[in-house]
Amino acid sequence: MLETILSPWPWYVAGPLIGLTVPILLIIGNKSFGISSSLRHACAACIPANIPFFKYDWKKEVWNLFFVTGILTGGFAAAYFLANPNPVEVHPKLAEELNTYGITDFSSMIPQQLFTFANLLTLKGFLMIVVGGFVVGFGTRYAGGCTSGHAIMGLSTLQWPSLVATCCFMIGGFITANLILPLILKL
Amino acid sequence: MNTTNFQVTTPQVETNTDFEVRSLDTMCVNESHLEHKWWHNLKYLVVGIAFGIVFVKAEIISWFRIQEMFRLQSFHMFGVIGSAVMVGVISVWLIRKFNIKTIYGETIEFHPKTFNKGQVIGGLLFGFGWAITGACPGPLFAQIGSGGLVVAITLLSATAGTWVYGLVREKLPH
Repeated sequence: MLETILSPWPWYVAGPLIGLTVPILLIIGNKSFGISSSLRHACAACIPANIPFFKYDWKKEVWNLFFVTGILTGGFAAAYFLANPNPVEVHPKLAEELNTYGITDFSSMIPQQLFTFANLLTLKGFLMIVVGGFVVGFGTRYAGGCTSGHAIMGLSTLQWPSLVATCCFMIGGFITANLILPLILKL
Repeated sequence: MNTTNFQVTTPQVETNTDFEVRSLDTMCVNESHLEHKWWHNLKYLVVGIAFGIVFVKAEIISWFRIQEMFRLQSFHMFGVIGSAVMVGVISVWLIRKFNIKTIYGETIEFHPKTFNKGQVIGGLLFGFGWAITGACPGPLFAQIGSGGLVVAITLLSATAGTWVYGLVREKLPH
């Protein structure tokens, strides 16, 4: 039993649990599932700078900040109390490709040879950590939502603009992972 | 297109930023009209904790899983998103069909999303960031919690990206 909990959970367990977040948030407070807006609320709360986009009653949306704090706490709980003792399983083809870029450490879900403070000072690390993060924040807000707000909440309510957004997330991801990321990893 | 959802005839619309919020950026804007004491928000903390645990245990926070998804090497992420959407669709259908109310007795509301070019341009940009960082905004929080402290820089940078979007928004095509 414990071993089942500690080993990675299959998609057919995780997916439905994530899907259940949609009705749970609606029923406990009429809240639409979404995560990237928390960054906007953080901007509105801390550095609104008289920008119209950040001038709204962010306190009404404070539930979203509680929600993401929970995600962080849950991440901590799972990593320290329910940790998988084995290295991350990686598809052989991906492992082979990553090996050619010198990435050989599969002990953590966040590659230890890429995402480190020391790497921030390298072009590769700067592009992946700082520029990547910036584009995530800029892109999700421009698109009006992320995987949760568009792909899950938007598709759950059968909204076609969310389908467009989800397809664009995937197209952007496919192009980047296959054509652009290899160039960055070669740096 | 149903444009009657917005009361564009009311005089305060020009300055009402909530209208702005709703017209272009409906995600995460909550539909509740009730006000509660702050501790009611602890419910969302609990849901978030459960959510964060699933993110870590199902390896959704894994950079490797995201790379496999975008290289069509693994069904895992497609299975997670696909089954989450299935459960979401059925739940929302049930809520509508049986007119299920919130625990406070409020009618559950859904706000229609309107299409704009941002969903295409912003969507492609986000896809780029997702493939590089290996994380969408939710997993960023879970990654930090799980001990990836450097991801806090990614999160700060994402917040900066959101801020810059707000700054230049009027000049961008929508």
